[in-house]
Amino acid sequence: MIRATDITVLAGRKRLLDGVSVSVTPGRITALIGPNGAGKSTLISVLAGERRPDEGDIFFENTRIDTRSALDIARRRAVLLQESSLDFAFTAEEVIELGRLPFAGTEAQFDDRAAVAAAARMTGVDRFRARSYQTLSGGEKQRIQFARAIAQIWRDRQGTDRSPRYLLLDEPTSALDLRHQRMVLDVARALADEGVGVIAAIHDLNLASAYADDAVLLRGGRLVASGPVESVMTEAELGACFEVEVEILTRENGQRAILV
Amino acid sequence: MTDIAESHAPMARSLKYPAILGGLAALLGVAFVVSLATGAVPISVGDVVRSLFGMEVDQRTAAVIQMIRLPRSVLAVIVGAALAGSGAAFQGLFRNPLADPSLIGVSGGAALGAVVIIVFGNAVAAAVPFFASPLLLPFAAFAGGLAATFAIQGLAQSRGQSATATLLLAGIAINALTWALTGIAIYMANDSQIRDFTFWSIGSLASGGWREVSLVAVPIIGALAVIVGRARALDAMLLGEREALHLGVPVHVLKHVVMIAAALAVSSAVAVSGVIAFVGIVVPHVVRMLAGPDHRIVLPGSILAGATLLLAADSFARVIVAPSELPIGIVTAAVGSPFFLWLLTRRKRSM
Repeated sequence: MIRATDITVLAGRKRLLDGVSVSVTPGRITALIGPNGAGKSTLISVLAGERRPDEGDIFFENTRIDTRSALDIARRRAVLLQESSLDFAFTAEEVIELGRLPFAGTEAQFDDRAAVAAAARMTGVDRFRARSYQTLSGGEKQRIQFARAIAQIWRDRQGTDRSPRYLLLDEPTSALDLRHQRMVLDVARALADEGVGVIAAIHDLNLASAYADDAVLLRGGRLVASGPVESVMTEAELGACFEVEVEILTRENGQRAILV
Repeated sequence: MTDIAESHAPMARSLKYPAILGGLAALLGVAFVVSLATGAVPISVGDVVRSLFGMEVDQRTAAVIQMIRLPRSVLAVIVGAALAGSGAAFQGLFRNPLADPSLIGVSGGAALGAVVIIVFGNAVAAAVPFFASPLLLPFAAFAGGLAATFAIQGLAQSRGQSATATLLLAGIAINALTWALTGIAIYMANDSQIRDFTFWSIGSLASGGWREVSLVAVPIIGALAVIVGRARALDAMLLGEREALHLGVPVHVLKHVVMIAAALAVSSAVAVSGVIAFVGIVVPHVVRMLAGPDHRIVLPGSILAGATLLLAADSFARVIVAPSELPIGIVTAAVGSPFFLWLLTRRKRSM
């Protein structure tokens, strides 16, 4: 489990996060939702161990994250950031291969090619993996970066390593069309079912409610609500958080549609 | 996961990289022999090869090769490798293919350090033990180059990004500052010091002897070894500093190690040859066009090709206005600046 307790992050006098506690649990997808400026990206960078909070602690598997090396963490946790610029002409496949960097010189490096192939197949980028990354569309680039994150935490099912892995996604679907938005969350679901702990900042409430197990509702750097999706993503909570009228329809099969 | 065997691209690469490096090494060998055969006294390639392998050649030829041309060519190899290798390293570190050591002010900083010692050396030398005085100039160059490196890093980077325009503008500013300070030193110099200075500012291998080689070979080879060892980490840096961190790269340490190593290589080169511009941008770029941006090929490839380019440029500089010779910096600038302009226009949209 990755656990953040009472996190406060300051930027000058502004509180980007104010006493937020959240955890990423193996086998579950946690959706991070909230309006712009709620602190979602800040929370992801704190959970990734990249940004040191002004108050509060981050625990990675019960040890403080700042006591562990970046490499140690990277072998079990991948992060997909919102925007990545690349000024050099790598092929798409070479970008995915960089996801295997933490395993250089370890036994797991023998899985590198399998991991890259599996990540490319799962994310449906096989068709353009040989193309130059710079020539890809925004959505294709995002899928390649997603594939890179998948390659980083991919693990041979027959292998002996059973330690939990984590996937931190910051707006993973922002540049994607409807079909590929679902692809990303289908992959996240499949990984979670294998025991990966996933947390994803997601703007699309329907996507969040369809795929996530838990939801964390942020607003202005404060935690509004957290828990199972059905109890957090209610008309009242969402309406108050986003300051819009929200109506939730539930189909007979339990599928929910959030209307704004 | 049964589709393991279907990945094919890495296979191609495992053949491609050694082939490219082998080709570049062969080219370097040819350029080396040709440079030894080139000069005011004509020497046949056959005699050069015989001399290199310790076989009998006439005394005068042997003397010219062993005492004059060999150290100069070895120096060209070392300096070319240093400039191109550190250019590639700076470009990776700043995530910017236009970061050339001379454009971003690192060479200028090193030259300033050197010029200070040329002009005020006697005063400074009195203050240090006698055995340290030959090292004063390289040390001062290193101090200047390192200061400029940290300055450009502080000026051009914000939040792990360095916009091309900001980087080049910061380079202009640092170059202007080093030139101004150099100018002050020049103002206080005497005639012979000014002649020395002209050499620094344009760049030349003309004074290259075994003494110069022995002075810089170890720091340059060491620095380049450190840089080449960071190839994969630099690849990750191309994705972004945050991305590299999440891939387990200790970004903070990496940046400092590579900056110090690259500054050491450039400063050592400047200490013995002055400011030879554009090698650091042209060579890595050509290697990237040949082989892609992977630092596992760009770094060793640039080191080999940089050595080759400088040997070729130095041979050219020696024969084009024979019996006199052109400073090599003029040759590299004549080739490099149009190339740089071409790069700029190609990138105009993304600036």
